Amino acid sequence: MLSDYLPIVLLLVIAAGFAAVNLGITHLVGPRKPNPVKLSPYESGVPNIGDARLRFSVKFYLVAMLFIIFDIEVVFLYPWAVVFKDLLAQGTFVFTEMVVFLGVLVLGLAYVWRKGGLEWD
Amino acid sequence: MDYALESLIKIAIVLGVIITTVAYVVLAERKVSAYIQNRLGPNRVGPWGLLQPLADGLKFILKEDVIPNHVNKAIYLIAPAAILVPALMGFAVVPFGDTLMVVGREVQLIISDADIGVLYILAVSSLGVYGVVLGGWASNNKYALMGGVRASAQMISYELSLGLSLIGVLMIAESLKLSDVVNLQATGTVLGVLPAWFVFNQPIACLVFMVSVFAETNRLPFDLPEAEQELVAGYHAEYSSMKFAMFFMAEYAHMITASALIATLFFGGWHLPGVDPTDSSFALSVLKVLVFAVKTAFFLFVFIWVRWTVPRFRYDQVMRLGWKYLLPLALLNVLLTGLYLTLNR
Repeated sequence: MLSDYLPIVLLLVIAAGFAAVNLGITHLVGPRKPNPVKLSPYESGVPNIGDARLRFSVKFYLVAMLFIIFDIEVVFLYPWAVVFKDLLAQGTFVFTEMVVFLGVLVLGLAYVWRKGGLEWD
Repeated sequence: MDYALESLIKIAIVLGVIITTVAYVVLAERKVSAYIQNRLGPNRVGPWGLLQPLADGLKFILKEDVIPNHVNKAIYLIAPAAILVPALMGFAVVPFGDTLMVVGREVQLIISDADIGVLYILAVSSLGVYGVVLGGWASNNKYALMGGVRASAQMISYELSLGLSLIGVLMIAESLKLSDVVNLQATGTVLGVLPAWFVFNQPIACLVFMVSVFAETNRLPFDLPEAEQELVAGYHAEYSSMKFAMFFMAEYAHMITASALIATLFFGGWHLPGVDPTDSSFALSVLKVLVFAVKTAFFLFVFIWVRWTVPRFRYDQVMRLGWKYLLPLALLNVLLTGLYLTLNR
Protein backbone atom coordinates (compact mmCIF):
# COMPACT_ATOMS: atom_id res chain seq x y z
CA MET A 1 0.00 0.00 0.00
CA LEU A 2 1.15 3.51 -0.75
CA SER A 3 0.21 4.70 2.75
CA ASP A 4 3.02 2.49 4.08
CA TYR A 5 5.46 5.04 2.73
CA LEU A 6 3.96 8.09 4.44
CA PRO A 7 5.77 7.30 7.75
CA ILE A 8 9.02 6.85 5.83
CA VAL A 9 8.64 10.29 4.25
CA LEU A 10 7.83 11.78 7.67
CA LEU A 11 10.90 10.07 9.10
CA LEU A 12 13.06 11.44 6.27
CA VAL A 13 11.85 14.99 6.99
CA ILE A 14 12.42 14.68 10.74
CA ALA A 15 15.84 13.03 10.37
CA ALA A 16 16.93 15.71 7.87
CA GLY A 17 15.71 18.40 10.29
CA PHE A 18 17.67 16.80 13.12
CA ALA A 19 20.81 16.71 10.96
CA ALA A 20 20.32 20.36 9.93
CA VAL A 21 19.97 21.48 13.56
CA ASN A 22 23.14 19.59 14.45
CA LEU A 23 25.01 21.16 11.53
CA GLY A 24 23.96 24.67 12.50
CA ILE A 25 24.09 24.62 16.29
CA THR A 26 27.87 24.81 16.80
CA HIS A 27 28.06 27.81 14.46
CA LEU A 28 25.75 29.63 16.84
CA VAL A 29 27.02 28.42 20.20
CA GLY A 30 30.68 27.49 19.75
CA PRO A 31 33.61 29.91 19.97
CA ARG A 32 35.49 31.08 16.86
CA LYS A 33 39.23 31.66 17.17
CA PRO A 34 40.75 30.82 13.77
CA ASN A 35 44.47 30.98 13.10
CA PRO A 36 46.46 29.95 10.00
CA VAL A 37 47.86 26.78 11.52
CA LYS A 38 44.48 25.61 12.75
CA LEU A 39 42.97 26.12 9.30
CA SER A 40 45.63 24.17 7.41
CA PRO A 41 45.25 20.46 6.51
CA TYR A 42 46.19 18.03 9.24
CA GLU A 43 49.32 16.07 8.36
CA SER A 44 50.54 14.85 11.73
CA GLY A 45 52.13 18.20 12.54
CA VAL A 46 54.72 18.37 9.77
CA PRO A 47 54.53 21.13 7.10
CA ASN A 48 52.12 20.13 4.33
CA ILE A 49 53.41 18.61 1.11
CA GLY A 50 51.06 19.43 -1.77
CA ASP A 51 47.32 18.88 -1.46
CA ALA A 52 45.22 15.75 -1.32
CA ARG A 53 44.05 15.73 -4.94
CA LEU A 54 46.40 12.87 -5.69
CA ARG A 55 46.11 9.69 -7.69
CA PHE A 56 44.94 6.57 -5.95
CA SER A 57 45.22 2.94 -6.97
CA VAL A 58 43.09 1.89 -9.94
CA LYS A 59 42.20 -1.23 -7.94
CA PHE A 60 39.50 0.71 -6.11
CA TYR A 61 37.93 1.59 -9.45
CA LEU A 62 38.04 -2.06 -10.52
CA VAL A 63 36.28 -3.11 -7.32
CA ALA A 64 33.53 -0.57 -7.98
CA MET A 65 32.99 -1.94 -11.51
CA LEU A 66 32.85 -5.54 -10.30
CA PHE A 67 30.41 -4.48 -7.59
CA ILE A 68 28.00 -2.94 -10.08
CA ILE A 69 28.03 -6.06 -12.27
CA PHE A 70 27.47 -8.51 -9.43
CA ASP A 71 25.07 -6.33 -7.46
CA ILE A 72 22.68 -6.07 -10.39
CA GLU A 73 22.65 -9.87 -10.57
CA VAL A 74 21.90 -10.02 -6.84
CA VAL A 75 19.00 -7.63 -7.30
CA PHE A 76 17.60 -9.92 -10.00
CA LEU A 77 17.59 -12.75 -7.46
CA TYR A 78 15.29 -10.92 -5.01
CA PRO A 79 11.94 -11.13 -6.85
CA TRP A 80 12.80 -14.67 -7.87
CA ALA A 81 13.55 -15.69 -4.26
CA VAL A 82 10.18 -14.39 -3.05
CA VAL A 83 8.17 -16.42 -5.59
CA PHE A 84 10.44 -19.48 -5.53
CA LYS A 85 8.09 -21.68 -3.47
CA ASP A 86 5.06 -20.67 -5.55
CA LEU A 87 6.85 -21.65 -8.74
CA LEU A 88 8.07 -24.90 -7.17
CA ALA A 89 4.45 -25.93 -6.72
CA GLN A 90 4.16 -25.92 -10.53
CA GLY A 91 7.25 -28.03 -11.13
CA THR A 92 10.98 -28.23 -10.57
CA PHE A 93 11.94 -26.28 -13.71
CA VAL A 94 12.44 -23.14 -11.55
CA PHE A 95 15.32 -24.91 -9.80
CA THR A 96 17.01 -25.70 -13.11
CA GLU A 97 16.60 -22.07 -14.09
CA MET A 98 18.25 -21.03 -10.84
CA VAL A 99 21.21 -23.34 -11.37
CA VAL A 100 21.73 -21.88 -14.85
CA PHE A 101 21.51 -18.28 -13.58
CA LEU A 102 23.81 -18.90 -10.63
CA GLY A 103 26.11 -20.86 -12.97
CA VAL A 104 26.55 -17.78 -15.14
CA LEU A 105 27.22 -15.72 -12.02
CA VAL A 106 29.82 -18.21 -10.74
CA LEU A 107 31.42 -18.36 -14.19
CA GLY A 108 31.83 -14.59 -14.14
CA LEU A 109 33.33 -14.70 -10.67
CA ALA A 110 35.70 -17.52 -11.68
CA TYR A 111 36.78 -15.53 -14.74
CA VAL A 112 37.56 -12.42 -12.66
CA TRP A 113 39.36 -14.60 -10.13
CA ARG A 114 41.52 -16.32 -12.80
CA LYS A 115 42.35 -12.98 -14.41
CA GLY A 116 43.65 -11.74 -11.07
CA GLY A 117 40.97 -9.09 -10.66
CA LEU A 118 40.54 -9.99 -7.02
CA GLU A 119 44.24 -9.94 -6.14
CA TRP A 120 45.33 -7.06 -3.96
CA ASP A 121 49.03 -6.42 -3.64
CA MET B 1 -5.09 12.00 9.92
CA ASP B 2 -5.10 9.54 12.81
CA TYR B 3 -2.65 7.42 10.87
CA ALA B 4 -0.26 10.33 10.35
CA LEU B 5 -0.45 11.31 14.02
CA GLU B 6 0.14 7.72 15.11
CA SER B 7 3.15 7.54 12.77
CA LEU B 8 4.54 10.82 14.11
CA ILE B 9 4.32 9.58 17.70
CA LYS B 10 6.02 6.31 16.77
CA ILE B 11 8.76 8.15 14.86
CA ALA B 12 9.35 10.51 17.80
CA ILE B 13 9.64 7.58 20.21
CA VAL B 14 11.89 5.50 17.95
CA LEU B 15 14.22 8.40 17.11
CA GLY B 16 14.38 9.36 20.78
CA VAL B 17 15.23 5.81 21.77
CA ILE B 18 17.84 5.45 19.00
CA ILE B 19 19.61 8.70 19.86
CA THR B 20 19.60 7.92 23.60
CA THR B 21 20.84 4.41 22.86
CA VAL B 22 23.62 5.83 20.68
CA ALA B 23 24.78 7.96 23.61
CA TYR B 24 24.69 5.03 25.98
CA VAL B 25 26.29 2.55 23.58
CA VAL B 26 29.23 4.94 23.43
CA LEU B 27 29.36 4.85 27.23
CA ALA B 28 28.96 1.05 27.19
CA GLU B 29 31.79 0.80 24.67
CA ARG B 30 34.09 2.79 26.95
CA LYS B 31 33.03 0.85 30.03
CA VAL B 32 33.33 -2.59 28.40
CA SER B 33 36.69 -1.74 26.83
CA ALA B 34 37.85 -0.51 30.22
CA TYR B 35 36.85 -3.73 31.95
CA ILE B 36 38.38 -5.84 29.15
CA GLN B 37 41.65 -3.94 29.68
CA ASN B 38 41.39 -4.08 33.47
CA ARG B 39 40.60 -0.37 33.89
CA LEU B 40 37.59 1.40 35.41
CA GLY B 41 36.45 3.59 32.51
CA PRO B 42 34.44 6.80 32.97
CA ASN B 43 33.27 7.01 36.57
CA ARG B 44 33.33 10.70 37.54
CA VAL B 45 30.18 12.12 35.95
CA GLY B 46 27.27 10.65 37.88
CA PRO B 47 27.12 7.16 39.42
CA TRP B 48 29.15 4.68 37.27
CA GLY B 49 29.66 7.54 34.81
CA LEU B 50 26.01 7.34 33.76
CA LEU B 51 25.81 11.06 33.03
CA GLN B 52 28.95 10.97 30.86
CA PRO B 53 26.95 10.95 27.56
CA LEU B 54 25.22 14.19 28.62
CA ALA B 55 28.55 15.82 29.40
CA ASP B 56 29.98 14.60 26.08
CA GLY B 57 26.99 15.95 24.16
CA LEU B 58 27.28 19.38 25.79
CA LYS B 59 30.99 19.47 25.09
CA PHE B 60 30.43 18.66 21.42
CA ILE B 61 27.98 21.55 21.08
CA LEU B 62 30.18 24.07 22.90
CA LYS B 63 33.42 23.26 21.04
CA GLU B 64 34.79 25.38 18.23
CA ASP B 65 33.63 24.30 14.79
CA VAL B 66 36.80 24.47 12.67
CA ILE B 67 36.18 24.57 8.93
CA PRO B 68 39.67 24.45 7.38
CA ASN B 69 40.52 26.78 4.48
CA HIS B 70 41.31 24.12 1.94
CA VAL B 71 38.06 22.14 2.05
CA ASN B 72 35.38 22.00 -0.62
CA LYS B 73 32.91 23.80 1.59
CA ALA B 74 29.48 22.81 0.22
CA ILE B 75 30.27 19.07 0.11
CA TYR B 76 32.17 19.29 3.39
CA LEU B 77 29.00 20.62 5.08
CA ILE B 78 26.62 18.16 3.41
CA ALA B 79 28.66 15.00 4.15
CA PRO B 80 27.82 14.62 7.88
CA ALA B 81 24.10 14.98 7.09
CA ALA B 82 24.44 12.56 4.16
CA ILE B 83 25.74 9.89 6.50
CA LEU B 84 23.50 10.61 9.51
CA VAL B 85 20.12 10.72 7.74
CA PRO B 86 20.32 7.22 6.15
CA ALA B 87 21.65 5.85 9.44
CA LEU B 88 18.58 7.12 11.28
CA MET B 89 16.18 5.99 8.54
CA GLY B 90 17.22 2.36 8.44
CA PHE B 91 15.22 1.45 11.52
CA ALA B 92 11.89 2.43 9.89
CA VAL B 93 10.91 -1.06 8.76
CA VAL B 94 12.22 -3.07 11.73
CA PRO B 95 9.36 -4.44 13.87
CA PHE B 96 10.30 -3.77 17.50
CA GLY B 97 7.26 -5.57 18.88
CA ASP B 98 3.99 -7.17 17.83
CA THR B 99 0.91 -5.01 18.41
CA LEU B 100 -0.02 -2.92 21.42
CA MET B 101 -3.48 -1.71 22.52
CA VAL B 102 -3.18 2.00 23.25
CA VAL B 103 -6.35 3.97 24.14
CA GLY B 104 -8.55 1.51 22.29
CA ARG B 105 -6.42 1.47 19.13
CA GLU B 106 -4.42 -1.50 18.02
CA VAL B 107 -1.02 -0.06 17.19
CA GLN B 108 1.47 -2.08 15.18
CA LEU B 109 4.90 -1.59 16.72
CA ILE B 110 6.79 -0.71 13.56
CA ILE B 111 7.14 2.66 11.85
CA SER B 112 6.25 1.37 8.41
CA ASP B 113 5.44 -2.24 7.57
CA ALA B 114 6.38 -1.73 3.93
CA ASP B 115 6.14 -4.69 1.56
CA ILE B 116 9.75 -4.19 0.47
CA GLY B 117 11.21 -3.99 3.99
CA VAL B 118 14.43 -5.95 3.43
CA LEU B 119 15.13 -4.19 0.13
CA TYR B 120 14.47 -0.80 1.77
CA ILE B 121 17.00 -1.46 4.53
CA LEU B 122 19.68 -2.61 2.10
CA ALA B 123 19.06 0.42 -0.11
CA VAL B 124 19.03 2.99 2.68
CA SER B 125 22.00 1.59 4.58
CA SER B 126 24.12 1.54 1.42
CA LEU B 127 23.41 5.26 0.94
CA GLY B 128 25.68 5.84 3.93
CA VAL B 129 28.71 5.22 1.72
CA TYR B 130 28.07 8.56 -0.02
CA GLY B 131 28.61 10.45 3.21
CA VAL B 132 31.89 8.63 3.80
CA VAL B 133 33.26 9.21 0.30
CA LEU B 134 32.08 12.82 0.07
CA GLY B 135 33.42 13.63 3.52
CA GLY B 136 36.76 12.01 2.75
CA TRP B 137 37.16 13.75 -0.59
CA ALA B 138 35.86 17.19 0.41
CA SER B 139 38.20 17.37 3.41
CA ASN B 140 41.13 17.69 0.98
CA ASN B 141 43.30 15.82 3.43
CA LYS B 142 45.44 12.81 2.49
CA TYR B 143 44.36 10.73 5.45
CA ALA B 144 40.70 11.54 4.86
CA LEU B 145 40.94 10.72 1.15
CA MET B 146 42.58 7.34 1.79
CA GLY B 147 39.99 6.57 4.47
CA GLY B 148 37.12 7.49 2.18
CA VAL B 149 38.43 5.46 -0.76
CA ARG B 150 39.13 2.43 1.42
CA ALA B 151 35.70 2.69 3.02
CA SER B 152 33.87 2.84 -0.30
CA ALA B 153 35.65 -0.21 -1.75
CA GLN B 154 35.15 -2.18 1.46
CA MET B 155 31.49 -1.29 1.92
CA ILE B 156 30.47 -2.10 -1.65
CA SER B 157 32.42 -5.38 -1.57
CA TYR B 158 30.64 -6.63 1.52
CA GLU B 159 27.27 -5.37 0.33
CA LEU B 160 27.30 -8.20 -2.24
CA SER B 161 27.58 -10.97 0.33
CA LEU B 162 25.17 -9.07 2.62
CA GLY B 163 22.53 -9.02 -0.11
CA LEU B 164 23.18 -12.60 -1.24
CA SER B 165 23.09 -14.05 2.27
CA LEU B 166 19.49 -12.87 2.69
CA ILE B 167 18.28 -14.63 -0.48
CA GLY B 168 18.14 -17.99 1.32
CA VAL B 169 16.05 -16.49 4.12
CA LEU B 170 13.69 -14.85 1.63
CA MET B 171 13.24 -18.12 -0.28
CA ILE B 172 11.85 -19.70 2.90
CA ALA B 173 9.96 -16.64 4.13
CA GLU B 174 8.47 -15.84 0.68
CA SER B 175 8.21 -12.19 1.66
CA LEU B 176 10.37 -9.09 1.95
CA LYS B 177 8.17 -7.79 4.77
CA LEU B 178 10.06 -7.97 8.05
CA SER B 179 6.89 -8.59 10.08
CA ASP B 180 6.20 -11.66 7.92
CA VAL B 181 9.75 -12.88 8.50
CA VAL B 182 9.29 -12.56 12.28
CA ASN B 183 5.83 -14.17 12.29
CA LEU B 184 7.23 -17.13 10.39
CA GLN B 185 9.93 -17.61 13.03
CA ALA B 186 7.38 -17.39 15.86
CA THR B 187 5.65 -20.63 14.88
CA GLY B 188 7.00 -24.14 14.47
CA THR B 189 10.32 -25.71 15.41
CA VAL B 190 13.54 -26.88 13.81
CA LEU B 191 14.45 -30.55 14.43
CA GLY B 192 11.62 -30.69 16.96
CA VAL B 193 13.34 -28.80 19.77
CA LEU B 194 14.87 -25.57 18.55
CA PRO B 195 12.66 -22.53 17.81
CA ALA B 196 12.17 -21.91 14.08
CA TRP B 197 14.66 -19.05 14.07
CA PHE B 198 16.58 -18.57 10.84
CA VAL B 199 19.90 -18.97 12.62
CA PHE B 200 19.06 -22.70 12.81
CA ASN B 201 17.44 -22.90 9.36
CA GLN B 202 20.07 -20.82 7.63
CA PRO B 203 23.31 -21.01 9.65
CA ILE B 204 25.54 -20.16 6.66
CA ALA B 205 23.41 -17.13 5.84
CA CYS B 206 23.57 -15.99 9.46
CA LEU B 207 27.36 -16.29 9.54
CA VAL B 208 27.86 -14.46 6.24
CA PHE B 209 25.36 -11.77 7.24
CA MET B 210 26.99 -11.10 10.59
CA VAL B 211 30.51 -10.87 9.15
CA SER B 212 29.32 -8.60 6.32
CA VAL B 213 27.47 -6.36 8.76
CA PHE B 214 30.67 -5.87 10.75
CA ALA B 215 32.40 -4.77 7.55
CA GLU B 216 29.48 -2.54 6.52
CA THR B 217 29.53 -0.66 9.81
CA ASN B 218 33.32 -0.24 9.58
CA ARG B 219 33.82 -1.90 12.93
CA LEU B 220 36.87 -3.84 13.96
CA PRO B 221 38.24 -6.20 12.62
CA PHE B 222 37.23 -4.27 9.46
CA ASP B 223 37.86 -0.69 10.60
CA LEU B 224 40.45 -0.02 7.87
CA PRO B 225 38.73 3.24 6.80
CA GLU B 226 39.52 4.80 10.16
CA ALA B 227 42.52 2.75 11.25
CA GLU B 228 43.86 5.12 13.90
CA GLN B 229 47.48 4.04 13.70
CA GLU B 230 47.64 4.56 9.93
CA LEU B 231 45.04 7.18 9.04
CA VAL B 232 44.51 9.11 12.31
CA ALA B 233 40.71 9.17 12.04
CA GLY B 234 40.23 8.37 8.35
CA TYR B 235 37.43 10.14 6.52
CA HIS B 236 36.44 12.38 9.43
CA ALA B 237 39.96 13.56 10.32
CA GLU B 238 39.15 17.19 9.40
CA TYR B 239 35.79 17.37 11.19
CA SER B 240 35.33 18.92 14.60
CA SER B 241 32.66 19.53 17.25
CA MET B 242 29.09 18.54 16.29
CA LYS B 243 30.04 17.52 12.74
CA PHE B 244 32.46 14.96 14.13
CA ALA B 245 29.72 13.86 16.53
CA MET B 246 27.39 13.31 13.57
CA PHE B 247 29.81 10.82 12.00
CA PHE B 248 30.03 9.15 15.38
CA MET B 249 26.26 9.05 15.85
CA ALA B 250 25.84 7.61 12.36
CA GLU B 251 28.30 4.79 13.07
CA TYR B 252 26.52 3.83 16.26
CA ALA B 253 23.04 4.23 14.74
CA HIS B 254 24.16 1.85 11.98
CA MET B 255 25.30 -0.58 14.66
CA ILE B 256 21.92 -0.39 16.39
CA THR B 257 20.04 -1.01 13.14
CA ALA B 258 22.42 -3.85 12.30
CA SER B 259 21.95 -5.48 15.70
CA ALA B 260 18.18 -5.10 15.43
CA LEU B 261 18.33 -6.66 11.95
CA ILE B 262 20.38 -9.64 13.11
CA ALA B 263 17.86 -10.15 15.93
CA THR B 264 14.90 -9.75 13.55
CA LEU B 265 16.07 -11.83 10.63
CA PHE B 266 17.93 -14.64 12.37
CA PHE B 267 16.99 -14.70 16.04
CA GLY B 268 13.21 -14.44 15.95
CA GLY B 269 12.77 -10.70 16.54
CA TRP B 270 10.37 -10.18 19.43
CA HIS B 271 9.60 -13.90 19.66
CA LEU B 272 10.43 -15.72 22.89
CA PRO B 273 10.07 -19.54 22.92
CA GLY B 274 7.19 -20.56 25.14
CA VAL B 275 5.26 -17.30 24.74
CA ASP B 276 2.11 -17.54 22.64
CA PRO B 277 2.83 -15.38 19.55
CA THR B 278 -0.87 -14.74 18.87
CA ASP B 279 -1.71 -13.48 22.37
CA SER B 280 -1.60 -9.67 22.25
CA SER B 281 -2.59 -8.76 25.80
CA PHE B 282 -0.91 -5.63 27.14
CA ALA B 283 1.57 -7.38 29.45
CA LEU B 284 2.68 -9.84 26.77
CA SER B 285 3.06 -7.09 24.19
CA VAL B 286 5.35 -5.17 26.52
CA LEU B 287 7.26 -8.37 27.21
CA LYS B 288 7.78 -8.87 23.45
CA VAL B 289 9.23 -5.37 23.12
CA LEU B 290 11.56 -6.14 26.03
CA VAL B 291 12.63 -9.44 24.43
CA PHE B 292 13.48 -7.57 21.24
CA ALA B 293 15.39 -4.92 23.20
CA VAL B 294 17.41 -7.58 25.06
CA LYS B 295 18.31 -9.40 21.83
CA THR B 296 19.38 -6.15 20.18
CA ALA B 297 21.40 -5.16 23.25
CA PHE B 298 23.12 -8.53 23.16
CA PHE B 299 24.28 -8.05 19.57
CA LEU B 300 25.40 -4.52 20.39
CA PHE B 301 27.50 -6.07 23.13
CA VAL B 302 28.93 -8.54 20.59
CA PHE B 303 29.96 -5.60 18.38
CA ILE B 304 31.83 -4.02 21.31
CA TRP B 305 33.23 -7.34 22.51
CA VAL B 306 34.69 -8.18 19.10
CA ARG B 307 36.17 -4.69 18.72
CA TRP B 308 38.22 -4.99 21.88
CA THR B 309 39.25 -8.62 21.33
CA VAL B 310 40.22 -9.05 17.67
CA PRO B 311 43.10 -7.31 15.87
CA ARG B 312 42.60 -5.42 12.60
CA PHE B 313 42.91 -7.16 9.20
CA ARG B 314 45.25 -5.99 6.48
CA TYR B 315 43.44 -4.44 3.52
CA ASP B 316 44.24 -7.28 1.12
CA GLN B 317 42.92 -9.74 3.72
CA VAL B 318 39.67 -7.76 3.99
CA MET B 319 39.13 -7.85 0.24
CA ARG B 320 40.10 -11.52 -0.02
CA LEU B 321 37.66 -12.49 2.72
CA GLY B 322 34.84 -10.57 1.07
CA TRP B 323 35.28 -11.67 -2.54
CA LYS B 324 36.90 -15.10 -2.26
CA TYR B 325 35.24 -16.55 0.84
CA LEU B 326 31.98 -14.81 1.77
CA LEU B 327 30.68 -14.31 -1.78
CA PRO B 328 31.10 -17.97 -2.87
CA LEU B 329 29.75 -19.08 0.52
CA ALA B 330 26.63 -16.94 0.07
CA LEU B 331 26.14 -18.31 -3.46
CA LEU B 332 26.52 -21.84 -2.13
CA ASN B 333 23.88 -21.10 0.50
CA VAL B 334 21.40 -20.00 -2.19
CA LEU B 335 22.08 -23.19 -4.13
CA LEU B 336 21.74 -25.44 -1.06
CA THR B 337 18.51 -23.75 0.03
CA GLY B 338 17.08 -24.15 -3.48
CA LEU B 339 18.12 -27.80 -3.57
CA TYR B 340 16.57 -28.46 -0.15
CA LEU B 341 13.29 -26.78 -1.05
CA THR B 342 13.13 -28.64 -4.36
CA LEU B 343 13.74 -32.04 -2.76
CA ASN B 344 11.17 -31.35 -0.02
CA ARG B 345 8.46 -29.72 -2.09
